[in-house]
Amino acid sequence: MAEARAAAENSVEEYVVQMKGITKVYPNGIAANQDVDLFVKKGEIHALMGENGAGKSTLMKMLFGLEQPTSGEIIINGEKVNLTSPTVAISKGIGMVHQHFMLVPSLTVAENMVLGIVPKKSGIFIDYKKAVEITKEYSQRFNLHVEPDAKVMDIPVGMKQKVEILKALVRGAKILILDEPTAVLTTQETTELFKELIHLKEQGYTIIFISHKLNEIMEITDRLTILRGGKSMGVHNTRDVTKEEISRLMVGRDVVLSVQKDVAKPTDTVLKVRDMEYVNEWGKKMLDKVSFSVRKGEILGIAGVEGNGQKELVDMLFNLNTPNAGTATVNGENILGLPQRKIREKGVSLVPEDRMVFGIAGDGTIEENLISDRCGSKDLNRGPLFNMNAIHDSCKKLIEDYLILCKSGKQKVKMLSGGNIQKVVVAREFSNDPVLIIADQPTRGIDVGATEFIRKKLVELSRSGIAVLLISADLSEVMELSDSLIVMYGGKIAAYFEDTRELNDEIMGEYMLGLKRQPEEQVRRVCHE
Amino acid sequence: MLDFLSMVFTIDFFYSIFRITAPILFATLGAVVVEKAGISNIGLEGIMMSSALFGSLTAYWSGAWYVGVLVALAVGIVLGFVMGFFAFNLKTDIILTGIAMNMVGSGGMLFLVRVITNLTEGRAMASTTSLITANLQIPAVHIPLLEDIPILGPILSGHSVLTYLAFILVFLTWVMLYKTSLGLNIRSVGENPNAASSVGISVIRIKYIAIAFSGAMAGLGGAFMSMYYAMGWSQDMVAGRGFIALAAQAMGAGEPLGSMLAAMVFGFAQAFGIKVSAIGVDSNLVSPIPYVVTILGLVVFALVARRRAKHQHSAAALEKLASKA
Ligand SMILES: Nc1ncnc2c1ncn2[C@@H]1O[C@H](COP(=O)(O)OP(=O)(O)OP(=O)(O)O)[C@@H](O)[C@H]1O
Ligand SMILES: [Mg+2]
Repeated sequence: MAEARAAAENSVEEYVVQMKGITKVYPNGIAANQDVDLFVKKGEIHALMGENGAGKSTLMKMLFGLEQPTSGEIIINGEKVNLTSPTVAISKGIGMVHQHFMLVPSLTVAENMVLGIVPKKSGIFIDYKKAVEITKEYSQRFNLHVEPDAKVMDIPVGMKQKVEILKALVRGAKILILDEPTAVLTTQETTELFKELIHLKEQGYTIIFISHKLNEIMEITDRLTILRGGKSMGVHNTRDVTKEEISRLMVGRDVVLSVQKDVAKPTDTVLKVRDMEYVNEWGKKMLDKVSFSVRKGEILGIAGVEGNGQKELVDMLFNLNTPNAGTATVNGENILGLPQRKIREKGVSLVPEDRMVFGIAGDGTIEENLISDRCGSKDLNRGPLFNMNAIHDSCKKLIEDYLILCKSGKQKVKMLSGGNIQKVVVAREFSNDPVLIIADQPTRGIDVGATEFIRKKLVELSRSGIAVLLISADLSEVMELSDSLIVMYGGKIAAYFEDTRELNDEIMGEYMLGLKRQPEEQVRRVCHE
Repeated sequence: MLDFLSMVFTIDFFYSIFRITAPILFATLGAVVVEKAGISNIGLEGIMMSSALFGSLTAYWSGAWYVGVLVALAVGIVLGFVMGFFAFNLKTDIILTGIAMNMVGSGGMLFLVRVITNLTEGRAMASTTSLITANLQIPAVHIPLLEDIPILGPILSGHSVLTYLAFILVFLTWVMLYKTSLGLNIRSVGENPNAASSVGISVIRIKYIAIAFSGAMAGLGGAFMSMYYAMGWSQDMVAGRGFIALAAQAMGAGEPLGSMLAAMVFGFAQAFGIKVSAIGVDSNLVSPIPYVVTILGLVVFALVARRRAKHQHSAAALEKLASKA
């Protein structure tokens, strides 16, 4: 008896978070969590893993008081709690960094930091100086560098991430939930974040970490809980499992983590970009005589640290911006300056980097989003009206083919989990008979299963004679998936590698950081002339 | 030509700009604050109408202008809360709620004025103009030293208490929005309600405060209309000022000072229209002026906003770059 109590007390000591038998059914009938257990020890980094839509964010929203469980109990530091709102959760020492930033863009970093707990002078006025002081103090204490006076809309994502973490710490959080914090970070920023997380862990903070990147999980977490289809697949010590095992538990089958593809046999040039130049409004040269070609049947990757012209290049190709000089043609026809519909008519598809802004209309249904690029086509119309049956059938097929997890095609897209939203975009862009696919960060925020699927699709499409231009901040992705590859640095093509198989991180790193640059003639070979 | 100019741009013309701007300015400040909280209150017009009626009636009953003003203020606040209740608690569309408010303001008030005056005065009146006498008008203030300065004195001095209050409120609104935590909360709720609620700010509470504030401002504007600008309430007397306020808010990029300037542009246009028709120009030619100015103003605003957005976009990109380097 005494022993049992001692054991119970012991577990109280040991676990700071106990979520027991949690079930969550959303008002629309989706059971996002079913009888899930999550036990987190004090001072550990605990991974929460699972496919897109497995219910990770939902589980964390309940821990942060944003959603209430349909049944089950939550025990924090041995005390049974009823987390009815974030305010309550915060008072219990829980802080959350959300999958999509919860910052107010027009406010400064310091103002965002103290939002809701504003220091005041003479009772009503904001003590802004104090806010800056607090920001500086925490930023130093936790070694998270931020600019207190900068407006949030002007700071890079990496810094936004830090502001989010500091926001939680300022409110006294001892348990930090990080929902896919690395999805939008570059490799360098991720490395830095990990250092900071370890630092926090050493100071006794507990971290719950969600990520789809297996390497990260292996590197930084102590234990992991896996969800599949809203159910728990158990908890494991990270060092006792392999990546392959984790993937199998998540997906329920074996996942091929490496890309399988045969050697490309490129033929005619499809996309031809020549001497593209762009100077932004601030006089900074973002594109400097960029020339390259993408041929039928090959995947050309663009690697590089974000902000070295990749975004501008994609903007030019899809007429979201206008270059100062240069040409771009698809199968010999100009595409610069054309309306997007005309560009699409020439067979260009785009998987945009920012899916929420350029990829979908959140309030539209899945079906509407899937046909938005082809709603004028004969197959989907009957006279002046839509042929609803045809639309429904073709969408049903896409939803099945692309494994989009949803109740029906009539659901609003914004209700889907992040990864499934991406699948909607990919399904649309891959299925409109393109001659050229521009894939900008196509697997960002997507689970291993879906990533494998999208990569396989890309290879398959390229081998069937489609030209693919792949831009990715994920170095291993560009290296594995591309047949050949260019590196961008400072708006220029710094290197061209005809065969990616002979590459490694180190060689790439030197070019990406601008330490090395290939001679002009060598780079020029990517024009295939 | 020169003759025409000297006939139009007289001292009392400039004086009238302030008088004409004041009611627009009140409503504009309401629009500024409520928009900052992410709410488009197109019902300002209706609130102005309603509070104008009750202000004039209570001033008449009590015999004191300030009672009328306070009641108008209170009616504005209550109607703001009513709109909030429908829009935030019952989740009606805010635009439709605003339209409903405006219908209450025009048809509903005409109905009420007839019912009420029938009870109190013994006959159903369609306006309260016969009730408001000069002693119930909001008093004018003569500012000692300022008054004596030539030209500037007669333009700036001798306005009603509420006229001065309107301009003082521009500053106070700015202080409220940018220097107090309430203002910070309002701005964050308007920009990213999820962010606000994730740090424990009650979004609905802030929205109620903002819409009640806009009601209060429209209430003061209404009081000004029926107890100073015109003597008494009559149908359609607000004549679109609640909508012009929304335009001024947009033209001023939602900032108190800028919106005040925009409101003054409209005040200028109306004063110009009045003056020009007074000196004999066909009023059919003149009456569109304020509305043409509104449209031109909005076009200019849209162009400026687009340039600014582009600028900001690249500024952000550059910042990003600099931090990477
Ligand atoms: N507010 C909501 N209303 C209805 N259903 C929802 C809501 N939020 C999420 N869902 C559904 O619940 C399920 C789980 O979603 P959740 O966001 O928890 O997934 P996730 O594991 O975080 O996925 P991802 O890795 O893609 O972010 C999904 O099927 C999703 O469509
Ligand atoms: Mg999620």
